[in-house]
Amino acid sequence: MTLRADLAKIAAHVPSGSRVLDVGCGEGDLMEALQSQSGCDARGMEIDPEAVAAAVARGLSVVQGDANRDLADYPDGAFDVAILSQTLQTAQRPDWLLEQLLRVGREAFVSFPNFAYWRMRLALLRTGRMPISRHLPGSWYETANIHHVTIADFREFLAERDVKVAGNWFFANGEEIGSQNANWRAEHAVFQLSR
Amino acid sequence: MATTTAIDFRSLTLDAPLPLDSGRELAGVQVAYETYGELAADKSNAVLIFHALTGDQFVAGTNPVTGKPGWWERMVGPGKPIDTDRFQVICANVIGSCLGSTGPSSTGPDGEPYGMEFPVITIRDMVRAQMAMLDMLGIEKLHAVVGGSMGGMQALSCAANFPERTDRVLAIATTARHTAQNIAFHEMGRQAIMADPNWHGGDYYHGEAPAKGLAVARMAAHITYLSEEGLTEKFGRRLQDREAKSFGFDADFQVESYLRYQGLSFTDRFDANSYLYITRAMDYFDLAEEHGGLLADAFRGAKDTRFCLVSFDTDWLYTTADMREVVHALNAVAAPVSFVELSAPYGHDSFLLDVPALDRVVEGFIA
Repeated sequence: MTLRADLAKIAAHVPSGSRVLDVGCGEGDLMEALQSQSGCDARGMEIDPEAVAAAVARGLSVVQGDANRDLADYPDGAFDVAILSQTLQTAQRPDWLLEQLLRVGREAFVSFPNFAYWRMRLALLRTGRMPISRHLPGSWYETANIHHVTIADFREFLAERDVKVAGNWFFANGEEIGSQNANWRAEHAVFQLSR
Repeated sequence: MATTTAIDFRSLTLDAPLPLDSGRELAGVQVAYETYGELAADKSNAVLIFHALTGDQFVAGTNPVTGKPGWWERMVGPGKPIDTDRFQVICANVIGSCLGSTGPSSTGPDGEPYGMEFPVITIRDMVRAQMAMLDMLGIEKLHAVVGGSMGGMQALSCAANFPERTDRVLAIATTARHTAQNIAFHEMGRQAIMADPNWHGGDYYHGEAPAKGLAVARMAAHITYLSEEGLTEKFGRRLQDREAKSFGFDADFQVESYLRYQGLSFTDRFDANSYLYITRAMDYFDLAEEHGGLLADAFRGAKDTRFCLVSFDTDWLYTTADMREVVHALNAVAAPVSFVELSAPYGHDSFLLDVPALDRVVEGFIA
């Protein structure tokens, strides 16, 4: 199985043998890769019961739960690495969620779609309507993505909270791109964070 | 009860007296059990299934008492989610019950049925008896323990008290402790039995059994196994074999007729005193209390055991919130735990019924 580009990047940077929590793990593609390729002890949290059932059926340890609430149940430092991929923008309180990630994990990987990607800017400028894209599908009233964020916003947010950035990677059209003018050029971003 | 006495249950007699949580011990304990599938030469493929309150050891195949399919026939068998081509499935009748294992209807030391002389037992006592059975079968470590409802309580109790005996624990539609509401429903059932004039303080084995009381107990309990949605869909306010209400107290409504049938048919296969003892064991169940008050402490020894917990969204007897407390405790000791709340319309009974998502979870977890 080939992982989505952002997940492959995360998988490549999780130290082997780590205890990992994948928040919003879906059917567990990343968890499976981390276990089989990096010998990690991976646990998952996922809100959709069908996806949880599919992950459990693959032999993975996944707890059905809502990250907006249930992350609070994990002890401090329970994991070496906590992962939140493509979920930050759906959180009720992204700031709370990030605090929780860095509480239960010593390190966190966060990936999100960049709302300042040039195609989004252009779409909004030209049509005057909320952009709909591959990464942000769905109309404004039904989308799960309720907290749109840009790379520049996220950097500022991290700085205000003294969160250290150990690494960042950017992607457009499913390929990695350089960090130059990433806030214009990147469709989505991956950040490696720690306290 | 007449129907069960004619059957020769497969059983073994424990070779040592069984110590009980009450401080008493029980000598000469019979444990009736069934097996399905072959035990591997290294005895590594055994799966122990724990049955529920009124269940029995006849998981699959045909139940010789009722002539009906085993209670988990849909889950256990060749090529089924718990595949007896790969695993040897073992299921034992719990002590306190009445289908071959020692219980209040068994003959006591004085040559008479125990009746209320039978010691009060706990969920842990039931598990202890089954671990002693495994000792006699030469099985040290199980591939998995599996149970729903009271069977799930035994599975959790096994993980807490005998963590070295199993690699996996699958607990479905269950709880780590009985709530006041759970106890209240059971007490209503027990009082119905005890109020039956045939009960005679539990000493009825030479005469008429307290069938009316037991039937009422079963009716009350049966309501807790179903969801309101399920009852409405199945019966609504439909009348039973009549065009209009009778302005009397016959079973006018289909739901009344159904409950009366459920109650009565239950008395053919179950002993009223066993019902008292087993419901008591469930009411006493509180895994945290048993381990110093903190549920996480119950699972300290089981942090390398794989857990899978399943609840159902329409189960109001043992709720998703009850199950989340277990998940929370297992997370606190970093045990590898999976948990899923499945959607099914049948209430607590969902674990016994056609829920394909449950089949997938069970198969994937056990494999």
